[in-house]
Amino acid sequence: MTEVYVVGTDMIKFGRFPDRTVPQLGAEAALMALDDAGLTIHDMQALYCGNLYEASNMPGQRVLREIGQTGIPVVNCANACATGATAFREGFAAIKAGMYDVVLCVGVEQMGKGLLGGGGGGSGIPTEGLLGSGTMPSVFAHVGMEHTRNHGTTFEQFAKVSVKNHHHSTLNPKAMYQIETPLQEVMGAEMISYPNTKLMCSVNVDGSAAAVLASESAAKRLGLMGRAVRVRASAMTSDPYTPRNLVMPDFNAVTRLAAKQAYEQAGIGPEDVNLVELHDCFATAEIVHYENLGLCADGEGGRMIDEGETALGGRVPVNVSGGLLSKGHPLGATGIANIYEVTTHLRGEAGKRQVEGARIGLTHVVGMGSACAIHVLEKVN
Amino acid sequence: MPEAESAKPLPVVSFLKIPEDGEPYLEGYKCGACGEVFLGERLVCAACGARNKMATVRLADKGTLYNFTVVHRNFPGVPVPFISAIVDLEGGGTLKGNLVDMVPSPEAIKFDMPVNVVFRDAGRKDKDGNSYLAYFFTPAS
Repeated sequence: MTEVYVVGTDMIKFGRFPDRTVPQLGAEAALMALDDAGLTIHDMQALYCGNLYEASNMPGQRVLREIGQTGIPVVNCANACATGATAFREGFAAIKAGMYDVVLCVGVEQMGKGLLGGGGGGSGIPTEGLLGSGTMPSVFAHVGMEHTRNHGTTFEQFAKVSVKNHHHSTLNPKAMYQIETPLQEVMGAEMISYPNTKLMCSVNVDGSAAAVLASESAAKRLGLMGRAVRVRASAMTSDPYTPRNLVMPDFNAVTRLAAKQAYEQAGIGPEDVNLVELHDCFATAEIVHYENLGLCADGEGGRMIDEGETALGGRVPVNVSGGLLSKGHPLGATGIANIYEVTTHLRGEAGKRQVEGARIGLTHVVGMGSACAIHVLEKVN
Repeated sequence: MPEAESAKPLPVVSFLKIPEDGEPYLEGYKCGACGEVFLGERLVCAACGARNKMATVRLADKGTLYNFTVVHRNFPGVPVPFISAIVDLEGGGTLKGNLVDMVPSPEAIKFDMPVNVVFRDAGRKDKDGNSYLAYFFTPAS
């Protein structure tokens, strides 16, 4: 099977754009990624579009109306917070299978403000706040509290994740925020669901990101190998059964299974990874995923954040983009924005936040329900 | 109005059973092949995939606190703060619910503390004025 390369990628600056539409936002990132590759829509053989909230309304075809209706096949993907990564993976798989040489993957989302999750229980009355809480901050508070239960992880350690990622975002002009948030400010912010304060919750923003993928022969024929980045692994899992999984979504097992597959595909171990963009939808999530991705041993996540191992300049920088916490989390765009970030570092084009000498990067998203997608990218030249 | 107030409360979830002549209880489904216990009716075991092995089981009204969070911000109209708790029931089954009758402070709540399952009015009515019976957790000691 052919190798698959990212030959063009970009994202818009995340923000709030209530006067624009999903197709307009998606089109902007698509055109930027095409420009990055030096290609046009006429070179694309298929479009894979990730969008969650308008999934029943043909978002990919509507993007094409904005950038050129060439008649290519469009696949619309929806997979909770793994939506963008799913679209990317579908494009990857199609090239691997030999169906196409060059495809476009777009992730786009328009979000409202406020709490997500916490739907009713199907009875005649809403059950949120009556039978526990199903809001996203609460679900991920439970994730963190399980780590506290097992390893004694503290509120302060979780809060340090937000300090780090907000600091990183000050170096990323495409992040929603570029504001330092000292530890006291993070811990003193409004408590949402203990231990997640408001500054430990990801930002609901609008955004889009896109990537152009090519087979090895196409990348060479088009003269695009110079800045190409190889996709060394694409792993996706659904949640395997674990006790309590149906009551308290288990984001650990689904990630560990995907990580194992991704490392096997890539023929590397976690010690070979130079930077990671992982799913910090809440500060509590980042620490558990250090361990799920094998960046440290079980129980070492708290120490890792204490010792700065995952900060820019540390042993394995995590979320140097600012992460979902500060760059923002437009659900369908997030997975491809991660690809943009890691690709940019592997190309040596990340400016002030550049992870020096980066050769291998990993992206991770997890969607509740659950879906986990992990990609391993490698510098070619 | 008087009819609704005197009417029998409805169960807040399908697995809360209210017998005509007895105390309310929670009903689970247990897999005859692997022994896993689930809330609510199902035909196939999610753990082992066995078909037609599910049998109803009356879940215990005692358990231990596996996990909790104290919720301070919620949707408009939902009283805060409250404790969202995940409890492992004796004999199998895991359940999420509100832990009540204690201070909603992380310092006061202990992992593995014993809890009881109690049944009380939900405090919410549907648009037709029906009352609902809900389950809650209370500290056992």
